[in-house]
Amino acid sequence: MIRTFRTALAAAAIVLAGALPALAQESPTLKKIKASGEISIGHREASVPFAFMDQAGKPQGYSVDLCLKIVDEVKKELNLPNLKVKFVAINAQTRIPLIANGTIDLECGSTTSNLTRAKQVDFLPVTFITGSKLLVKKGSGIKSLADMNGKRASVSSGTTNEKAFLAEVEKRKIKVETVMVKDHPQAMLNLESGRVDAYASDDVLLYGMISTAKDPGQWEVVGEFFSYDPYSLMIPRNDSEYRLLATRTISDLMRSGEMASIYNKWFNPGPTKINMPLSSDLKKAFEIQALPH
Amino acid sequence: MFGGIDYGVVERALPLLWQGMLFTLQLTGLSICGGVFFGTILALMRLSSFRSVSFFAASYVNFFRSLPLILVIFWFYFLVPKLLGRPIGGFYSVLIAFVMFEAAYYCEIIRAGIQSVTRTQVHAGYALGLTYGQTMRLIILPQAFRNMLPVLLTQSIIMFQDTSLVYVVGLKDFLTTADLISNRDNRPVELFVFAAIVYFIICLIGSNSARRLQRKYTI
Amino acid sequence: MNYRWDWGILLKDPYFSWIASGFGWTCAVAILAWIIALSLGSVIGVMRTLPHPVPRAIGTAYVELFRNIPLLVQLFLWYFVVPEVLPREAGMFLKRGLPMPEFWTAVVCLGFYTGARVAEQVRAGINAIRSGQRQAALAMGLTLTQVYRYVLVPVSYRIIIPPLTSDFLGVFKNSSLALTIGVAELTARSRQIEEYTFQGIEAFATATVLYSVVTFAVMALMHMTEKRTRIPGLISLEAK
Repeated sequence: MIRTFRTALAAAAIVLAGALPALAQESPTLKKIKASGEISIGHREASVPFAFMDQAGKPQGYSVDLCLKIVDEVKKELNLPNLKVKFVAINAQTRIPLIANGTIDLECGSTTSNLTRAKQVDFLPVTFITGSKLLVKKGSGIKSLADMNGKRASVSSGTTNEKAFLAEVEKRKIKVETVMVKDHPQAMLNLESGRVDAYASDDVLLYGMISTAKDPGQWEVVGEFFSYDPYSLMIPRNDSEYRLLATRTISDLMRSGEMASIYNKWFNPGPTKINMPLSSDLKKAFEIQALPH
Repeated sequence: MFGGIDYGVVERALPLLWQGMLFTLQLTGLSICGGVFFGTILALMRLSSFRSVSFFAASYVNFFRSLPLILVIFWFYFLVPKLLGRPIGGFYSVLIAFVMFEAAYYCEIIRAGIQSVTRTQVHAGYALGLTYGQTMRLIILPQAFRNMLPVLLTQSIIMFQDTSLVYVVGLKDFLTTADLISNRDNRPVELFVFAAIVYFIICLIGSNSARRLQRKYTI
Repeated sequence: MNYRWDWGILLKDPYFSWIASGFGWTCAVAILAWIIALSLGSVIGVMRTLPHPVPRAIGTAYVELFRNIPLLVQLFLWYFVVPEVLPREAGMFLKRGLPMPEFWTAVVCLGFYTGARVAEQVRAGINAIRSGQRQAALAMGLTLTQVYRYVLVPVSYRIIIPPLTSDFLGVFKNSSLALTIGVAELTARSRQIEEYTFQGIEAFATATVLYSVVTFAVMALMHMTEKRTRIPGLISLEAK
């Protein structure tokens, strides 16, 4: 009896699946997600407050929330309410290769959308705007890049800041010894232990680092911006259907104003007290990217 | 500078560290099984009387033994999915890298083990009408494995230590977990010292048993 | 597979000079670490064969300590922990006072680690010499120091050339771990090329070839040396 019922259910499911739009068949990513019943999300581990770990070791943050919104949309689209979410920890060096080779279907971190990277991956609408600055100890006497002569600085390998920093010091003929680090925490460690005098990274991430530092009062972000870094979530390249779905999700959030409330949840003041109210530029960016249906 | 030593940090991190240790043990266990399996095949190939077969195996072994493990991990983690055109997942990429890499090392140990069994036994096996497969499986390999058990164990301890290199691709083994927690809680001294002690104890027990085995099994 | 091959990228600047300087750093780390390993390992190895129990115990403790902790963990201990537990000035010297602190940290760490392995070879080499030689030398009135200096050490080195070669190649390969503390050696540079150009396969292939070529060259060289230094009538210790 139960068996017949199950068979009938299965048959119904097959019919329903057949009736679904052909989308899943056209999009390699959605097809893969459907076949495996699992979506792999790459997340950073210490990009506060975009993607970082809570006490239990689970990823959380602004970008993580946005990714989960896209997951909800994928669930709806594929009619898979029980879609499993697999979190894959990534860092600045692994994120692009892992999207490009298909290990992860979506990246939520703090990745600058730029044209070079767009040869490897696709970017969704811009969800944050920032640029490179320096993090230094208060009273270090460093007020801008020009004061870095003869000093030591850390940069994260695989970041746009690395390139921007190296290009800038070369252009300005500043003599700086650079120490490559794997991620922001290693840079913080280098700063705290006095190994380096400055860390070059995105302004917002530097404030994020200060907000989780042992003694936030000890640190300051200095100097003028020496790069422009608009952040976007990353998805695999050459997958228009999947890209449309994800873009639609983000646009909808921007139009409905939900984007602003997710923003406020993490930034104003946010769980780490980073305290960065929505800037007028970003507010405008949300409005402009809220494409109509 | 880091404001005294705080043992509580390690205690609170134990559940996460245990998760990391499970990953390390799993990776080690599977890599040993895979490495010994392919290592045995490679060793038999190296000892084959077909020149091309033994040449292939020797080249494989020499090639992998000339590379740093980190480079092999990068190859498999980043580039093999690119070459294959489909993802195989972080754990499997690394597992394959370890199996391929360690197989080269196990091969040499197993080859020495097989050679330690006197050749006359092979002839005796053939004379009894056993095939090559039967001679190897029933006579040579059991004795060979007995002879090389201590060295295999030593290599497996090295392999256990080598798994810490998955740090470079951010897979959460024991060391990476310790690193993550040290970053999160800003306690590198406590966590790295703790990690070192744990590795030390496990490896010391391992190398002492290898020594005991050696004394017990030396023929 | 949709990979756009571009081998030409490796000849363009700055990528060519990255590979070249990376290779240079790899060799520098390996050679300096090997010098430390060989000197330290010889002392420790000899200590482990002495009749007195105290140096023996120290030697054993050293070898057990450095062999049973993964190299990467040791590197982190040297880099993150040692400067913090030392007195402030000494710690700052390790972090800032030295020129290229990351490089020297890697060299020292690799040197101490490999030293334990060399010590084991030296000990095995000395133990492989029949005790008759030691006794004969002592009977001739040589002091223990002289016995080691003129008999045991020279003979044992000639026996252990093959395993020492494999330990040197070990340092060479292990120098790649230095990338985790920011030394821009060969593997780090090839990964950097991947990050800048996304032509990772070409960059990693170049690194692979360079590592292999050095390994085979060193092996060939040592094979020749071994033939010339081999002691007639003695089987040298096989490379691991």
